[in-house]
Amino acid sequence: MAVPPELRYSKEHEWVRVEGGVATVGITDHAQEQLGDLVYLDLPKVATAVHQFEKLGEIESVKAVSDIFSPVGGEVTERNEEAVKAPELVNQDPYGRGWLVRLTLSDASEVDKLLTAEQYEELVAQERAE
Amino acid sequence: MPDGESLRLSPLDEQHRALRARMVPFAGWSMPLQFAGILEEHRAVRNQVGLFDVSHMGRLYVSGHDAAGLVSRAGTYDARRLEPGQGHCSLLCQEDGGILDDFYAYRLAPDRFLVVGNSVNADRDREQVRGLLKPQMGARLQDRQESSVMLALQGPRAVETLARVVGPEAAQGLPRRRCTETQWQGEALFVSRTGYTGENGFELVTAVEPGRALWEKLVAAGVQPCGLGARDTLRLEAALPLYGNDIDTTTNPWEAGLGWVVTLDDGADFVGRAAVEAARAQVERHLACLMALGPGIMRSGCVILQGGEQVGRVTSGGYSPTLEASIGMGYLPSPLAAEGTNVEVEVRGKRLPARVVPRPFYRRPATLSSSQKPATS
Repeated sequence: MAVPPELRYSKEHEWVRVEGGVATVGITDHAQEQLGDLVYLDLPKVATAVHQFEKLGEIESVKAVSDIFSPVGGEVTERNEEAVKAPELVNQDPYGRGWLVRLTLSDASEVDKLLTAEQYEELVAQERAE
Repeated sequence: MPDGESLRLSPLDEQHRALRARMVPFAGWSMPLQFAGILEEHRAVRNQVGLFDVSHMGRLYVSGHDAAGLVSRAGTYDARRLEPGQGHCSLLCQEDGGILDDFYAYRLAPDRFLVVGNSVNADRDREQVRGLLKPQMGARLQDRQESSVMLALQGPRAVETLARVVGPEAAQGLPRRRCTETQWQGEALFVSRTGYTGENGFELVTAVEPGRALWEKLVAAGVQPCGLGARDTLRLEAALPLYGNDIDTTTNPWEAGLGWVVTLDDGADFVGRAAVEAARAQVERHLACLMALGPGIMRSGCVILQGGEQVGRVTSGGYSPTLEASIGMGYLPSPLAAEGTNVEVEVRGKRLPARVVPRPFYRRPATLSSSQKPATS
């Protein structure tokens, strides 16, 4: 399971990469592995305002559907249309071509409420032990 | 969810773990959900060949001079019609006609049958059959759910694969719904040309040790191991009903499209006959095949609407890897179950447009060999 050290993570298994006030959001390698083959993404339209830890969209695998929660608040500036057309990109490259949306950050301090890579790895280890 | 300790383990549990399968609880058993991934396994079965461990299925051997009478009494299909080497689907019903299980009856010999039912119903199948047993039938029951391995080898390359691994005599020239017994590693191997995927293929039953060896040999021969996930997407594309979803004690065979497994014309006296016969004259709904016309995935339990009114519920639903769209089945009032009817399915608060399409969703391409002709059911 890949957990890039430069990213921050939510307890709901989303990741965020912040670059110059823009946050790129996706789901983690562990999340895609647990969900299995993804076949459908429902993402918010551009200009939608989202709040931290609130529902961002839905992601659906052959077997099950899950909500995606936004790890940070802001306004959606871009959605990954390539991944909407081919959700398997999220399975293949969850931190790269399988990103989901980009947001302009409304409050940069929200990032501090997220887990570091090390903390996220501990969380996954705990969940696996249960 | 029950923990690992309370679940029954397949005789192939060790093999599944060695292949790093994701195991899930299913009908009291710990079984593989997936190996390589549901889509890859699904495509392997449609295009090449896949292997399923179905050892959780109920396997009841019925023998004795009136074994045929007993199997016929237990199910809607008159098993006395079967010649040795033939199999047929049948339904175990309650006196009120409700369906207790769907099972496959294979006549191995004039006085010996193999009855294969759903794992979730194995106990009640056995009890129902045992309850019908009368001393004058001279019939014996042998439950081999735990003492044998059952595999399903499915896909366009199933025949050549079985011929290569077990031998040509086991695989070739066996028409659909026929069965035979051959030898594998010194033990009897049951082979039938049946399955639950809509593809050509076989179901195989043998003792535990040779069963493990057979699984390993088939996997080593390049067959894709498949789990319950692909089994479900494959059977849904083939519009094969799943007990507990599409049929249960509240449904009758006619509305489920299973009239072809009911024999009424020769005086066959099965449990529930009077009710099943009466139900035939008053069928008010039909199990319809639905295909989504937009993005979104219908699942079991979703409400089906027309003109904003609820007209049914999805009994099985999901994503079809072959059609790359969501498909499902559900009971609709008969006038609405006609092909081309437009409906909506409520999926997580949104309305997904869908249409009634012909059954099944997927039919395997025709081949030149007459022995591979699809069943005309």
